[in-house]
Amino acid sequence: MKKEKMTVGKALVYIYVILFALICLYPFLLTMGGSLMTDREATLEGFKVIPSDITFDSYRLIWANKNMILNGYKVTIIVTILGTCCSVIVNGMMGYGLSRRQLPGRAVVNLYVLITMLFNGGMVSWYIVCSRYLHLKDTLFALIVPSLVNAWNIFLIRNYFSGVPEEMSESAKLDGASEFTIFFRIYLILAKPVIATVTLFAALGYWNDWWLGLMLIDNTELHPLQMLLRSMMANIQYLQTMSQQSSEAQSMLANVPGNGVKMAMTVITTGPIILLYPFLQRYFMKGIMVGAVKG
Amino acid sequence: MLEFSILNDLSKEGMKVLKRKVTAAENRKSVGGRLLVALKRHWQVYLMMLPAAVLLFLFAYLPMGGLVIAFKDYQFRDGIWGSAWMDPWYRNFEILFKNNANAMRAIRNTVLLNLLFIVGGTVFSLALALALNEVTNKQLKKICQSFSFLPYFVSTVVVGIFVTGMLGYESGVVNRFITALSGEKVAFYMNPAYWPIILLIVNIWKGAGYNAVVYLATISGFDETYYEAAKIDGASRAQQIWYISLPLLKPTVIIMTLLSIGRIMNADFGLFYNVTGDSPLLYPTTDVLDTYIFRALRETGDIGMSSATSFFQSVVGFVMVVLSNWIARKYEKDSALF
Repeated sequence: MKKEKMTVGKALVYIYVILFALICLYPFLLTMGGSLMTDREATLEGFKVIPSDITFDSYRLIWANKNMILNGYKVTIIVTILGTCCSVIVNGMMGYGLSRRQLPGRAVVNLYVLITMLFNGGMVSWYIVCSRYLHLKDTLFALIVPSLVNAWNIFLIRNYFSGVPEEMSESAKLDGASEFTIFFRIYLILAKPVIATVTLFAALGYWNDWWLGLMLIDNTELHPLQMLLRSMMANIQYLQTMSQQSSEAQSMLANVPGNGVKMAMTVITTGPIILLYPFLQRYFMKGIMVGAVKG
Repeated sequence: MLEFSILNDLSKEGMKVLKRKVTAAENRKSVGGRLLVALKRHWQVYLMMLPAAVLLFLFAYLPMGGLVIAFKDYQFRDGIWGSAWMDPWYRNFEILFKNNANAMRAIRNTVLLNLLFIVGGTVFSLALALALNEVTNKQLKKICQSFSFLPYFVSTVVVGIFVTGMLGYESGVVNRFITALSGEKVAFYMNPAYWPIILLIVNIWKGAGYNAVVYLATISGFDETYYEAAKIDGASRAQQIWYISLPLLKPTVIIMTLLSIGRIMNADFGLFYNVTGDSPLLYPTTDVLDTYIFRALRETGDIGMSSATSFFQSVVGFVMVVLSNWIARKYEKDSALF
């Protein structure tokens, strides 16, 4: 009797886990399928994971107007690489300083960083500071600098660095190494797991960012990929709402990229992440655990 | 959980600051001299900390000072300090709170939806972690975990497009399914009533895999002997989960929940802006403080209103953080933020 119950429970557990995994995967497959569909089939029969006749028309259409996308890729790649490198170094150096136990003023700086986690000025004053005082509007810096420093990352790095024995840096100092050398040559290398985590999460954040673009970039030349995707979405949606009222919008909608192109654009912008995912996911999981189980 | 371990340390830091302040006051005479000595000896380290300190000042502390905008008649030309004070000083708040149904709606939606997400999300992720822990086939467990972690990696813009693929009127999969069952198509994007539940599902879909990793990490730290002892006493797997795993997970769950309650005034802007497509038809159930402030700031250009709302959000948010932290500290001393 007991054994019977166990197996029913186990089956339920398996069904739950597998079903959720498939539900997580499904929209990705559907988008893939949708991008390979003819617009006719999509309207008549709905999106499918496996279309009945496969076409690359959507991709061809995008390729014909490739300048915008290539430019978006360029912006996103520059921002991701530059942002990630600077973010790791800036947060890392702060974490390094905070991990030095005898550093005078360490506690004050700690508090200075901590306060930014508890309280913030909100969207409006942040926006006014960035646009009116720091003149970040429509510059490439706007996509990088505001999200460089992150208190969580600083404390994560600091915690890991605190575990490095101080004798290590003491002896390096005796050999004439400067603090910069110690940081770059010893600490960054010793703290590989946590540095990898911070790097990956920073890179993911920059690649997926549309918020800074939305707030601070009006010039389409500087729009990152996610922003291009967003404005395309908004335009289609706008025309679809309008088309119910005016025939003019209806005819415009006919010339505007339809559902297939929307899906193809999604595949193109998300593709790199999905391709890298199998190789990187275990580092991400490890990273979360580095934070969770004190390392 | 990532937060969790850091928090442990921070509470100790807070105490240290206090103690140092006391000792500093005792040796006040030599403070200036000691500062010079410290600078001379450690200038390289201070220099390394400078970039982050400057960036925090620019993007965190300056906006905090900028909160005074809420009491000013802000003009772009005059800047924050140059603009005149409101007369009376609470005028912006009067506009915000007096007969402003939209603002009240945004506050209500923010709190209620966040509560819904906290409860629904926690229950679902916990169940997922416990279920994944029961899957004995290593290969299967790995694959399922990979798939459920995948949605964490896409932006809310992409999630928005996924949702149109599912819920679109013409081509959406859900509507195709309904018509296949000879039902009537549902115009999801026209009807606000569906959206709390849609957003809850999207939120779970996007976050459960990540949260499950956090809970799984906690579970893997549990002492195996508890389970062995229970097994000897004849406890079933279900009983072991109910009487051992769940009670052991309780502190983590409570702390994570308190931390989320501390952020209850802050909505996930991307979720509400991108997934709903910012459609005015859906505002009755999906307009939250962040989207409300954004529109007042960037679309209608109503700085007075948006800064007052933003001020309200920051201050109430801060109070909530302090409050939830106070409760967390009562519950478990080590896990409090300060």
